[in-house]
Amino acid sequence: MTSADGVALLGVRHHGPGSARGVRAALDRLEPPIVLVEGPPEADAVLGLAADPGMRPPVALLAHVVDEPSRAGFWPFAEFSPEWAAIRWAAGRGVPVRFIDLPAAHSLLLRDEGDAPEGRQTEGGGKGEEEGGGEGEAGTAHARIDPLAVLARTAGHDDPERWWEDAVEHRGRDGRGEGDGDPLAAFGALAEAMGALREIHGDGGHPRDAVREAHMRLRIREARRAHERVAVVCGAWHVPALARAGGVTADRALLKGLPKAKVEVTWVPWTHRRLTRASGYGAGIDSPGWYRHLFTSSDRPVARWMTKVAGLLREEDLPVSSAHVIEAVRLADTLAALRGRPLPGLGETTDAVRAVMCDGSDVPLALIRDRLVVGDVLGEVPEGAPAVPLARDLAREQRRLRIKPEALEKEVDLDLRKDTDAGRSRLLHRLRMLGIGWGEPSRSRTAATGTFRESWRLRWEPELAVAVAEAGVWGTTVESAATARAEDAAVNARALAEVTGLAERCLLAGLPDALPTVMRVLADRAALDTDVAHLAQALPALVRSLRYGDVRGTDAGALRGVAEGLAERICVGLPPACAGLDADGAAEMRGHVTEVQQALVLLGDDALRDRWAGVLRKLAVRDRGVPGLLRGGAARLLLDDARLEPGEVARLMGLALSHGTAPHEAAAWVEGFLAGGGMLLVHDERLLALVDDWLSAVPAAAFDDVLPLLRRTFGGFDPGVRRTVGELVRRGPGGGGGGDAAGDGLPGFGPEPDEERAEAALSTVRLLLGPGGEGGGQDA
Amino acid sequence: MSVDTALRPHAEDAFAHELKALAASDDRPRPARWNLSPWAVATYLLGGELPDGTVVTPKYVGPRRIVEVAVSTLATDRALLLLGVPGTAKTWVSEHLAAAVSGDSTLLVQGTAGTPEEAIRYGWNYARLLTGGPSREALVPGPVMRAMAEGRIARVEELTRIPADVQDTLITILSEKTLPIPELGTETQAVRGFNVIATANDRDRGVNDLSSALRRRFNTVVLPLPATVEEEVDIVSRRVGQLGRSLELPAAPEGADEIRRVVTVFRELRGGVTADGRTKVKSPSGTLSTAEAISVVTNGLALAAHFGDGVLRAGDVAAGILGAVVRDPAADRVVWQEYLETVVREREGWKDFYRACREVTP
Repeated sequence: MTSADGVALLGVRHHGPGSARGVRAALDRLEPPIVLVEGPPEADAVLGLAADPGMRPPVALLAHVVDEPSRAGFWPFAEFSPEWAAIRWAAGRGVPVRFIDLPAAHSLLLRDEGDAPEGRQTEGGGKGEEEGGGEGEAGTAHARIDPLAVLARTAGHDDPERWWEDAVEHRGRDGRGEGDGDPLAAFGALAEAMGALREIHGDGGHPRDAVREAHMRLRIREARRAHERVAVVCGAWHVPALARAGGVTADRALLKGLPKAKVEVTWVPWTHRRLTRASGYGAGIDSPGWYRHLFTSSDRPVARWMTKVAGLLREEDLPVSSAHVIEAVRLADTLAALRGRPLPGLGETTDAVRAVMCDGSDVPLALIRDRLVVGDVLGEVPEGAPAVPLARDLAREQRRLRIKPEALEKEVDLDLRKDTDAGRSRLLHRLRMLGIGWGEPSRSRTAATGTFRESWRLRWEPELAVAVAEAGVWGTTVESAATARAEDAAVNARALAEVTGLAERCLLAGLPDALPTVMRVLADRAALDTDVAHLAQALPALVRSLRYGDVRGTDAGALRGVAEGLAERICVGLPPACAGLDADGAAEMRGHVTEVQQALVLLGDDALRDRWAGVLRKLAVRDRGVPGLLRGGAARLLLDDARLEPGEVARLMGLALSHGTAPHEAAAWVEGFLAGGGMLLVHDERLLALVDDWLSAVPAAAFDDVLPLLRRTFGGFDPGVRRTVGELVRRGPGGGGGGDAAGDGLPGFGPEPDEERAEAALSTVRLLLGPGGEGGGQDA
Repeated sequence: MSVDTALRPHAEDAFAHELKALAASDDRPRPARWNLSPWAVATYLLGGELPDGTVVTPKYVGPRRIVEVAVSTLATDRALLLLGVPGTAKTWVSEHLAAAVSGDSTLLVQGTAGTPEEAIRYGWNYARLLTGGPSREALVPGPVMRAMAEGRIARVEELTRIPADVQDTLITILSEKTLPIPELGTETQAVRGFNVIATANDRDRGVNDLSSALRRRFNTVVLPLPATVEEEVDIVSRRVGQLGRSLELPAAPEGADEIRRVVTVFRELRGGVTADGRTKVKSPSGTLSTAEAISVVTNGLALAAHFGDGVLRAGDVAAGILGAVVRDPAADRVVWQEYLETVVREREGWKDFYRACREVTP
């Protein structure tokens, strides 16, 4: 609206492509000598970069308090943002641009005081702060009044976004071209509507707006004194307040005594994904890709959009023909007519795509939403942009931990029991999480493999500065950036083991804030993974993490819950998964079973271990379908765990090695059983006798098949054990058969000690135990 | 006439007054031979109040989008395919759409494994064929042919049950909008206003999938399952009540808790996530439709009435649920056991249910 006093207030919706077109047309008409834009005035210094050819939106202005980078705010701009359109328009004509919102020096501090109870701002340190000065109204979903919703309801629409699209964004599209009519008329009508709203609702629950608007009014007045005409681009909500001729004194009074901090501003690259609400950073639009399409396509936006969709689906090998595109466009048009809308919007096009191209399924739609409606656009910032706060934070951390970036490669050993070293370790792990490869973990040359030692190879390459700049998108401090990066990696991880690895790294890097997300993803993945092998692979890392968590004092309750859930699922899924495996599959599974066993011992949950023992027992006693290797292995694990009586084991072995079993199957059983070490055979002569009897009875024809298996089994034993077993066998079933020696003494030993032979060893044993050392040390 | 005596009157008869009132107040443009404008058809299905005070009852309770896409599809003269698991009101929607658009929902081909080509195209009056040879008089037009000639909506129920070669008869009809009669050397051309609504079950087994040539000629709308637990519990208890009366089973108001549990289990397994949205679970291979939930509960009621104390308990429905969930003995059993151990076991107040399920799970 053009006021008589030479100030044109162009009220817009942030990130509205229709508003952006409108602003461009209005500026063309007005040709103002200066353009004022809602945004932090500190950014005036870096505004020149907006005209730089290296600058490609989406980008964001990032303002942060100098010695506290976590206190920061983002003002994102997309190609289709009206503010961006105004800035570019001015840059193209050499017209000066000024930001007029409350300085970030105040607003970054005010935010914490004023909005703390909202909860949203406090949650994540440096992130989630998009609201700032730039995103006052249309975008954020606060419990405050949403002016668009009120207007939409008044007009009889339930969906404010849709109403805005119909009433403002789509205007002038059907008439082909924005030149017809007065480009300023729409702004006038909107300002009037907002004026009516603000009369009723006052500040609408945005108390800080009064201060911001006072500042904007002062700046507009200042500009007006210097220039004949002034164009102002701001949120539509502010227009009535800015049009009011207020007292300068009153405005000055409002601005007095505000807290102030030293603030720096720079440009950072932004992404479409961050422009959406779902990402939590949200500038508050659902469909940046769609908006960009609307803004950039010259004509027939729906037909062009459908063609894009068809192209994407074809890339994914879905059969979509031009006929589909035609039908989809027709359906979208009919739907729009049925719903009484001037043009098909995103809703109509999506419905049409679903019905015509996707056979009614939502699965391809999710892909379309991800790739097109949101889109994978990444902005770029020219090299000259000031350093991101992340780099400062890193430099400060380096100073604090006294660890200098040097181009020369060097090795460091960290003792995690010391605070500084633990801090260094965390920093290096966090940087690795961010893809900044300053340090690589290396196997230590000096220290043994204790859990409290870590070795790193450090080397600072100049390119790492670029990596730091790139990582700036993730956050303003090393910690918050690494947290955000970890969460993102978890959500996008492909395999279950990847997520467990990530959980481990989160603990190493000391990122407890990322853990809830990682754990949620982990639990979801585990629930949907049908492959027990995957679950079994994931469990050990998880249990290890749990131990780290204990050592480093992080809260591992969630971790434990997930680990137990995982174990539970393995218990349910293991028996069916073991059926019908071939030799290789069985060998792999045998490895998993052993690992799970060890993990469960570490986990130390008795109920779970009982359940697991039940599963192993089921495997051990089942005789069909389950490979001998696994049955033997299960029997051995149970025996080692004292869950199976030796007599019962002998029975199982007898069954497995009886005539009914094929020789190679029996050999596999023996391999599975003895893989845990052959000492058992030395101590329990009954078992040895069983193996011996079976082996002597193997038919000559089958012996060649069995031999390699047995060779592999016995070849794995210690030479000493091998020799003893050989001697025992050569001596034959001593003392009258293995079977009935059970009653007296240990099997494999005579009824009485052989005094003469014992005497020979006695002096050495005495030496070992020390003069009075009878107690303790018996398993040495 | 038939409204009073018929066991189940046609939609256009049962709701004749609503259709009349809609037609009277409808001033929007109507496609050729449509009784109502697309907007009025959508209103007829979704319900509303007309300017003259007539209240239009909602025929379809569900997302508005579904009906809007369906009506728009018919208006663009593309054929409409309604997909969904049993019990999602596919037939109901198709009948009412046909009634509202053409005023006639009776041009119906019921698809079965034995549906012949003649049911879709035309048959012959053999007495005439033998006496006079092939002629127009000897020809007996099928429902689709009649719809083509009169510019109305034809309905094909259970399209995927029809053998694939018979299904493909529809291709010419849908793409060329004509039905050749080679015996007479002529054809029947579709009059404007003709269209086809087909329904199909997308998760049943033993069906004949549509050829892609045929699929291309349809716009597909998937009718969703009930959106909330409340809605589904309501549907299940209502249907169970009706069925129970005809089977002379005792009514089970006390069993409402058990019905809720059955519905919850079905929804969680079907949706792959627990009701609180916290935990994901695997989905079994069965459909777990609302229709199956109804039969599980009815079955449980019969058990309780004849062999129990008349009160529906966890034990009465456990076996039924197991049968509905475990269709594939290997894979589904793991799914079911995982669900029992990770979800049901720890849920408060579900101890009896857990025990009952453990008992019947082998």
